[in-house]
Amino acid sequence: MFKEKSASLLPCRGYSNGQLSMLVILRLAIGWHFLYEGISKILNPNWSSIGFLLDSKGLFSGMFHSLAANPDVVHSIDFLNAWGLAAIGLGLITGLLTQIATIAGMVLLAFYYLSHPPLITSEYAIPSEGSYLWVNKNLIEFFALWVLFLFPSGNRIGLDRFIFNRKK
Amino acid sequence: MDENKTTPNKGKEDNSSKIGRRDVLKGLATLPILGAFAYGVYKKKNFDRIANNTLRQAVDLSAESPVVFQTQQKDPHIRVGIIGYGIRGPQLLKAAGFAMPSELDKWKESSLKNPSDHRLEDFRAQEDLNISITAVCDLFDVNAERALSAAANIGRDGSDGNFVQTAKRYKTYQELLSSGEVDAVIIATPDHWHTDISIAAAQKGIHVYVEKGMTRTVEEAFRLREAVKNSKIVFQLGHQGRQTESHMKAREAMEKNIIGKVGLIEVCTNRNSPNGAWVYDIHPEGTPETIDWNQFEFPCETKHPFSPERFFRWRCWWDYGTGLGGDLLTHEFDAINQIMSLGIPYSAFSSGGVYFYKDKEAGHYVNEVRNVPDVWQVALEYPTRDLTLLYSASLASNKDRGKMIMGHDGYMELSDALTIYADRESTRYKEKIEAKIIKPELPIYTYIPGRSTVDAITSPTEKYFASRGLLYTYRGGKRVDTTHLHIKEWIDCIRESIAQDKIIHPSCNIDQGFEEAITAHMATISYLENRKVFWDADKESVV
Repeated sequence: MFKEKSASLLPCRGYSNGQLSMLVILRLAIGWHFLYEGISKILNPNWSSIGFLLDSKGLFSGMFHSLAANPDVVHSIDFLNAWGLAAIGLGLITGLLTQIATIAGMVLLAFYYLSHPPLITSEYAIPSEGSYLWVNKNLIEFFALWVLFLFPSGNRIGLDRFIFNRKK
Repeated sequence: MDENKTTPNKGKEDNSSKIGRRDVLKGLATLPILGAFAYGVYKKKNFDRIANNTLRQAVDLSAESPVVFQTQQKDPHIRVGIIGYGIRGPQLLKAAGFAMPSELDKWKESSLKNPSDHRLEDFRAQEDLNISITAVCDLFDVNAERALSAAANIGRDGSDGNFVQTAKRYKTYQELLSSGEVDAVIIATPDHWHTDISIAAAQKGIHVYVEKGMTRTVEEAFRLREAVKNSKIVFQLGHQGRQTESHMKAREAMEKNIIGKVGLIEVCTNRNSPNGAWVYDIHPEGTPETIDWNQFEFPCETKHPFSPERFFRWRCWWDYGTGLGGDLLTHEFDAINQIMSLGIPYSAFSSGGVYFYKDKEAGHYVNEVRNVPDVWQVALEYPTRDLTLLYSASLASNKDRGKMIMGHDGYMELSDALTIYADRESTRYKEKIEAKIIKPELPIYTYIPGRSTVDAITSPTEKYFASRGLLYTYRGGKRVDTTHLHIKEWIDCIRESIAQDKIIHPSCNIDQGFEEAITAHMATISYLENRKVFWDADKESVV
């Protein structure tokens, strides 16, 4: 028991090369996705979250609609979302403050999922490239980040290696 | 955090010898990915930019909002009368800045429940036109009282506000026009009263804003045009679509011949509710005591006994209204006339019938089935322009088909937004299509009001949101009501006319109105007489 617990505190020690490689590759892929989502919004002067917020359905739609009702709030959300996505992406790719970036990414994905849950009754204006019921790619990416949080790799392959030096 | 801060220092001290090449390599291992990322983004932006530039050369249309007439004149103060305060009347007065307190109460309550309901906020933010409502006239007492309450609501308040009554009620339009209390009048009566009231106003030099259909008959259209031309009034017909930015942009596109030779235009109306089909509520207080029935029926050749059904649902009978022709074809026709200056067609042919609203059990009528069709289609021919304008309408289906202008080189879809596609077989774009610079399945131009740039690469999400009105329903960053802009243009023109001492015409003036009215009447006559109807342009007569 004790051994297992201490292993989970220092999880990066026990990965095989294959495991570590795949964790890093998964982290890079998600990081790339976040960074490009962020950059493409930052570079597009017409981008706004308002349509997405207004299109919200499900249990929390009231909250998202009320956010969309205030132009100042929408403006802040646009800024936080676009730069947040980019920062999280950079964090995941470079392995800098990886755990914080991972949690932040999960928070954003949770918002996306809760605002557009793929319910039986929901039809969205936003076009979807696949077919989803309850589970969609936001949810899967959310769980993937959760896995990355529990199996951190930034302090092995990434800038965190310089910051969070392992204690012997 | 403190702990974290200290850890690396400690690490440096303790393990400085251990940060070797391996550590550096592992720490920086993923950075090259950023290089690949930057390269990818650069290539992608470049691709988009080249595609946009090439398209912009082919489609030389800016994204800027069209310039609309505006005046600096804020004076003099203008005294406005309202004649007819049923359904459209309140909408027009609201657009002019006056709404019933009871209405504001409703909007307030609704905005508390639903924060995205901006009606109250938008109404209060609407520009003050420096006018007052000094006279009201409605044949139904209840409506006249409602009009008075709106006129007095100068502070745009709910029922708890302070009201200043500026208006007086007149029992007849003649008394209102002779009162000396109005400089301008908004006419929102049933169609069969438009001409007489407008002519009487014009003869008294009172400016006129009249709802569509402009007149009920061909003969009236001639009379009204003559009266307005012989007067010094500013005349505006109520086609607020004239203020729609995408229409102005579409005109620019037509002038630049972007879709080539146009052969076919399709426009339509689709509604599917009793209200949309003019089966309005019959007010329980509508009795011979509260309604001036004789005055209502005065222009009619055949008189009818008192009928609340006819009074409140007048559009369902030819005695008072102009059917789909005057009510809704005119909006569509006027939009295309605005874009292409089509004028009166060479011929009109129409067909249709009362196909849906004839079920008494379903509440479609009380005592008398309508004689105005609920399904109706019209073909207008323009041989000198080599094109046909098709209109089709159903009042029993909501399927929206939009406006479509179809040319040899491309086609245009019009709503609040404007989207232009190249045609696969286009001559003009042949080389660009072969070079895959233009893709026929993607728009070559998209105009979305309020958006600052024009983009060939409109993201699909943005397109979907825009088409559902979820984005950019604004002018200059503000949400605006086109009816407000249309009334404002009329008021601006009145002030400018006074300042320049000559008539400054608004966008939907008497000439545009005449074309609209004659076109609608030709189509209606075709239906009623079951024949093709022609316009003799030389003799200016319908044959």
